[in-house]
Amino acid sequence: MPIRLSFPRRLADGARSRAAPISTFLTPLLQSGTLELLSPTPPGWGGNLLRGLANSVQIAIGAFGLGLAIGTAGAYAKLYGGPILRDLAEIYTTVVRAVPELVLILLLYYAGTDLVNRALEAMGYARIDINGLVAGIVVLGFVQGAYATEVLRGAILAVPQGQIEAARAYGMSPGKMLRRITLPAMLPYAIPGLANLWLIATKDTALLAVVGFNELTLVTRQAAGATKAYFTFFVAAGMLYLLLTLFSNTIIGRIERWARRGLPSVTEGAA
Amino acid sequence: MTISLADPAKPQRRPRGWLQPHRIGLMAVGLALVLSAAIFMRWDWLPNYYGLIAAGLWRTIWILVLTCAIGFMFAVPLGLAQAAGPIWLAWPAKAFCTVIRGTPLLLQLWLLYFGLGSLFPQFPWIRQSELWPYLRQAWPYGVLALTLSFAAYEGEVMRGAFAGVPRGQLEAARAFGMRRWKIFRRIWLPQAVSRALPTLAGETVLQLKATPLVATITVVDIYAVASRVRQDTYIVYEPLLLLALVYLCITGIIVFLFRRLEARIPTRLG
Repeated sequence: MPIRLSFPRRLADGARSRAAPISTFLTPLLQSGTLELLSPTPPGWGGNLLRGLANSVQIAIGAFGLGLAIGTAGAYAKLYGGPILRDLAEIYTTVVRAVPELVLILLLYYAGTDLVNRALEAMGYARIDINGLVAGIVVLGFVQGAYATEVLRGAILAVPQGQIEAARAYGMSPGKMLRRITLPAMLPYAIPGLANLWLIATKDTALLAVVGFNELTLVTRQAAGATKAYFTFFVAAGMLYLLLTLFSNTIIGRIERWARRGLPSVTEGAA
Repeated sequence: MTISLADPAKPQRRPRGWLQPHRIGLMAVGLALVLSAAIFMRWDWLPNYYGLIAAGLWRTIWILVLTCAIGFMFAVPLGLAQAAGPIWLAWPAKAFCTVIRGTPLLLQLWLLYFGLGSLFPQFPWIRQSELWPYLRQAWPYGVLALTLSFAAYEGEVMRGAFAGVPRGQLEAARAFGMRRWKIFRRIWLPQAVSRALPTLAGETVLQLKATPLVATITVVDIYAVASRVRQDTYIVYEPLLLLALVYLCITGIIVFLFRRLEARIPTRLG
């Protein structure tokens, strides 16, 4: 009997509320004033979001740069290093690419700050508070380095062997050869992979929210939690990330055209 | 003469195999590190958490398999629409892939969980529906976010794979009088999948590495178990190291399985 009673009531309830879903969907967005919430001055949270974005971009640039440096060293170790160096580089890239970034970030964040402080104490200095920005850059850069190693290794292998041999025949020192021949010649082959890495770097900064760094995603969550307008803020942050990606894509396209100047275009080669 | 000289010199210059002197040394160092970790670090918490670890591991693998399977099913039409669809199908598919690939997964996850999760309770008809017991939990949002992400990344891969199948194959199939669906099922899809398989293996590993994000919306996977051990016992490094080892093992298994799968597909280097 109770079942038969409750069933039609639920249907009736559904019919009544179905008349209103659009307005109920929109009221949380419109009533609280989306524009006011996103305005850049203090009652709105737009300024905080933009500061978070600036932090994210800073970390991404730093991590990408550090990753490039580590990647170049790693690629050289893998290609020209001795047997031990080559194996160590292999272990580094395998382990870092197999373990989730989140786990690595936690491990390096805690272990890294702890080790630095222990070393400082052992040398007789006071403990320091490690800047979140620096820690984030180092941690993400270490992760990026493993991927960059593989990208750059492939790109260096794609450089025609004769160019490097010619440089060696001219008597260039290894450093000069790297600067003048290998790096510029491999750039067109490396740029698609490096562009991917840059986009991954911008999105991996979001993971630093988990260790409490004030980048865009964490700021968004704070703003959403304070105002209860979860949808508005997460969509707004998503748009900021998307704009960053699209902006990066146009810049990357220009850099790629510049790096490939003088080379036959890809489509012509395929056809 | 030169050949007989060069031949024995070659294996000396680039020796292969595991038992080279420096590798034995490296393995000894590695073994020493593992042993010292086992002896000097604290592992007494481990027996208390066996049940939780097994449950977390099971949930991680289950989420990985489920999201990869459903995501791939979405990826095939997404890739097909972009590679060969009319513009009113290709454009939305491309927009979907761009948006998902252009924003961090953590943000998408939190948008779905906190955003949708805060909107749903406002509708009585959702609260009274059969689905509500599931919508109140966290894991459907995690599975949804991971599925969408995998579908978008894999859709892009499948677009390239579909476009890369030689036209002659499809024309030959049409010449045999196959219908469109049969061409797709027998010729186009299998060749595209076999082309995409190496990338698919990499994407699956990336998907495994994305699963710990669901721990941030209270789904108890293996990562969340490690975090809980850290909170309960104040032991920081040991659970994280064990966690890294577990993920390494799962990655190894995925790579092995995909190698087996790839070996089954006959290939001929041109």
